Amino acid sequence: MDTHMSPRQKLVVVGNGMAGMRTVDELLKRNPLKYDITVFGAEPHVNYDRIMLSSVLAGEKDLEQIVINPRSWYEENGIELITGDAVVSIDTTQRTVTSASGRVVAYDKLLLATGSRPIAPPVPGLDLPGVCAFRDIADVNTMIKASQTHKRAIVIGGGLLGLEAANGLLRRGMQVAVVHLMGTIMERQLDKAAAELLQRELDERGMNFFTNGQTEEIFGEGRVQGVRLADGREIPGDLVVLAIGIRPNIDLAKAAGLTINRGVEVGDDMRTSDPAIFAVGECVEHRGKTYGLVAPLWDMAKVCADHLAREDAVSDYVPAAMATRLKVTGIDVFSAGDFIGDETTEEVVFRDAARNTYKRLVLRDDKLVGAVLYGDAQDGGWYFQLLREGKPLGELRDTLIFGQAFATLASGAPAADPTAAVAALPDTAEICGCNGVCKGKILGAIAEHGLTTLDGVRARTKASASCGSCTPQVEQLLTLALGDGYAAKPAGEKPLCKCTSHSHDQVRQAIVAQELRTMPAVMGALGWTTPDGCHVCRPALNFYLLVAWPGEYVDDQQSRFVNERNHANIQKDGTYSVVPRMWGGLTTADELRAIADVVDKYAIPTVKVTGGQRIDLLGVTREQLPHVWKDLNDAGMVSGHAYGKALRTVKTCVGSEWCRFGTQDSTGMGVKLERMTWGSWHAHKVKLAVSGCPRNCAEATIKDFGVVAVDSGWELHVGGNGGIHVRATDLLCKVTTEEEVLEYCGAYLQLYREEARYLERTAPWLERVGLAHVKARIVDDEAGRKALHAKFLYAQKFSQDDPWAERAPGKAAAAPFRTLATVE
Amino acid sequence: MDNVGIESRWVEVGAVDDIPRQGARVVATPRGDVAVFRTLDDAVFALDDRCPHKGGPLSQGTVHGHAVTCPLHNWVIELDSGTARDPDEGCVNRIPVRVQDGRILLAMVA
Ligand SMILES: Cc1cc2nc3c(=O)[nH]c(=O)nc-3n(C[C@H](O)[C@H](O)[C@H](O)COP(=O)(O)OP(=O)(O)OC[C@H]3O[C@@H](n4cnc5c(N)ncnc54)[C@H](O)[C@@H]3O)c2cc1C
Ligand code: HEM
Ligand code: SF4
Ligand code: FES
Repeated sequence: MDTHMSPRQKLVVVGNGMAGMRTVDELLKRNPLKYDITVFGAEPHVNYDRIMLSSVLAGEKDLEQIVINPRSWYEENGIELITGDAVVSIDTTQRTVTSASGRVVAYDKLLLATGSRPIAPPVPGLDLPGVCAFRDIADVNTMIKASQTHKRAIVIGGGLLGLEAANGLLRRGMQVAVVHLMGTIMERQLDKAAAELLQRELDERGMNFFTNGQTEEIFGEGRVQGVRLADGREIPGDLVVLAIGIRPNIDLAKAAGLTINRGVEVGDDMRTSDPAIFAVGECVEHRGKTYGLVAPLWDMAKVCADHLAREDAVSDYVPAAMATRLKVTGIDVFSAGDFIGDETTEEVVFRDAARNTYKRLVLRDDKLVGAVLYGDAQDGGWYFQLLREGKPLGELRDTLIFGQAFATLASGAPAADPTAAVAALPDTAEICGCNGVCKGKILGAIAEHGLTTLDGVRARTKASASCGSCTPQVEQLLTLALGDGYAAKPAGEKPLCKCTSHSHDQVRQAIVAQELRTMPAVMGALGWTTPDGCHVCRPALNFYLLVAWPGEYVDDQQSRFVNERNHANIQKDGTYSVVPRMWGGLTTADELRAIADVVDKYAIPTVKVTGGQRIDLLGVTREQLPHVWKDLNDAGMVSGHAYGKALRTVKTCVGSEWCRFGTQDSTGMGVKLERMTWGSWHAHKVKLAVSGCPRNCAEATIKDFGVVAVDSGWELHVGGNGGIHVRATDLLCKVTTEEEVLEYCGAYLQLYREEARYLERTAPWLERVGLAHVKARIVDDEAGRKALHAKFLYAQKFSQDDPWAERAPGKAAAAPFRTLATVE
Repeated sequence: MDNVGIESRWVEVGAVDDIPRQGARVVATPRGDVAVFRTLDDAVFALDDRCPHKGGPLSQGTVHGHAVTCPLHNWVIELDSGTARDPDEGCVNRIPVRVQDGRILLAMVA
């Protein structure tokens, strides 16, 4: 071994990013003793997963979760890490580098991994506060901060990066405009048809697109105020994110006299024009090509590590086809290879308008050379594998477009086995594109380390640890390896609770499919591991059974959370609050007098007007509850269900009856809605509101179902909520009559009852199933809507009993509120 | 710690059927409220009605197996020992219970 006798050589790495540290990682695997390693990083951080900045921005991950190598990794491997100090010059004759702070470090081998820089458009205003790029942690912090204090964002650039930035800002509650130079978005990754589908879906989520938009000026005084386009359009905004592309970061190499073109030129062995200097990552140019995705960087890292480890290494970097996915939760887009094609190619296109999916495969000489998938990108990995193998398709060709499951089926493999598809892959098939992990490696790690969980596989192999889109395949591999030992979960869904391995959706389906009508039946049929569940599963099962078998299933009080069992909100001192229903926020002198009398009689300490337009009596003891309710009942008031996963309130404005702007009777509409919906149980709380004109005083656009009156009728808005993550509603449709408002509302709530997982509010449910799905069921399908509405009304027959009246003092149901005995 | 053996007496507080299965009722005592639980398999347990966490009324919690989940922050307390289940730590006073002919007797300190 060449290191045995000789002293260690010095390796200096410039750039503490993804390519640089992967190369060091690969080098340590090959030869951990050859070098003393020093790493310079311009950013003040350890090495992190840049890809995941999109998830951090979208609020799906925090910064700790995206660290790749913590400081301890550098220490354990004897690497000197210098962060926040950029290398500013290289002396190739003395073989030293000098940093911004004046540090001089000698090297035997130098590795450049300086990545790339965001391209800045040649327009005035780039220096204004509120203008940033999307490249590093500092940029993400700028954006998150802006989202907390400002409302409108403009993203310049409608490529992969720009759309992920726009999505993140949207998720953080900003209004987002996307300016794109071309006529369709993501033109480098998608064909026109897929791009249009994507744009429509993002548009529905609230992004405003300005295509064919050439930015001429970013303007503002003191802070950015907006963007002006060449055609005169002006877009106001308090944050401008530049995402028009990247350019290799070559300044250092250029000053050192290395051969450069667009990037730092490297040979197949990743060596630059100076044999002591290597380069990897986005800063390089290899055979005229530069790179902007991580997969090729991993190949470069391996080749470079080979040559750093052994002078006589022979491995060569060979560029491979690349695939991209957009990391926007709930949107599945995939493209790979040459997806545009030319006169020598043929294409196969498949559209399923009902499922909003689109597939396009490009073939040349009986081989797959490109693919674009929209709406269902499950088969992306399989197509990518075929593409990289480049084998003639033969018979597969006819059924190729239907995907792997179908092809496997056609080849006679057992159909029902969902893991058959992944079982059929060769060991060399790449499963995780981000980290270049193949099937054989994952199965090997499972066997060698006895892995049983997704997290275990992630920790050992890095598969599924970056963008996460290969998670289903990794889970299928776990199932393949462990059989029943691994509880497969569709789409990354977790078990309902510790008592079961089944997910919410599986339990719901089983209740209906197997006609399970009681809680013991569900637990028995699905193999619960506890005799009577726990506080997590019992309320969920109770809800699912109520929705599945209205009028038949007997609501199990002991499976209800305290507030729903006691029909009042428990407070931190164990007392309760009582909220009587005020229909549409209306009350009367008699009701107010009765409330005042109750407050005096029971010495209720606090009376509060709620945000839901009614009155909250706080500090009532358990024993007082039935008495307080009786007095309120006697004055004509009923429970407001302010405590339940149920319909809470219907907030209204005064509307046309009094307001000079009002276009319709919003109060009357609200009362009718509340009369129809009160007492209904849901997966979570549900709030409604009706405003009498677009001034929207009742804040209907942050409600689960909001109605805004306009001259010609009513706008119906869905899926909003207040709370920590405020979400404004999406427009469902416009209707004309009050009857229609009631019908659409009932149908929508029933759909939510039938589809949402317990404790999932309408907003996340809507984001999960997609507005298009809800529109298809509620707006487009008239018969379906009427059927849902009818189901809602049928269930209401059994739930519109006032729980207070049922628990009046003296009735059996009031017993639990009484003290059983008093011991002197 | 059980109180029996110090200076205690058995006091009848009601019938098993007064408590719903998977439920609890409250008995007021000079030392504060006591929660008397009845599980699905008709076992009866009694604990001080104060969660070791922040004093939540355990009687209003969800009873499952031989445990109760506190209504305030979901600590799970074992009914037979009064100890909090992992990862939480704490213990609530347990009161000895006897069931005779469907009547519930609690051991009360004299
Ligand atoms: C938001 C976002 C999302 C992305 N999503 C994906 C995706 O889904 N899939 C995908 O394949 N790719 C994605 N990419 C691209 C991917 O992150 C890059 O291809 C990859 O990070 C490039 O690695 P690198 O090491 O070449 O550069 P970097 O990771 O940028 O590392 C270069 C480092 O060198 C430092 N540096 C530069 N000059 C100096 C100097 N003179 N001295 C010291 N340090 C210096 C820089 O500060 C930086 O930390 C994404 C990128 C971004 C920004
Ligand atoms: C156990 C926890 C909670 C209790 C007991 C509670 C209770 C209440 C009550 C009693 C009201 C008055 C509503 C009415 O008149 O019916 C109310 C209103 C409200 N709550 Fe909560 N709440 C809880 C948690 C939350 C959470 C987590 C959020 C945010 C996600 C939230 C957001 C709101 C909002 C926005 C209103 C005003 C509603 C409106 O204007 O219509 N609450 N809450
Ligand atoms: S929403 Fe319109 S109609 Fe209703 S109170 Fe406000 S201004 Fe008046
Ligand atoms: S008081 Fe019981 S869990 Fe907090």
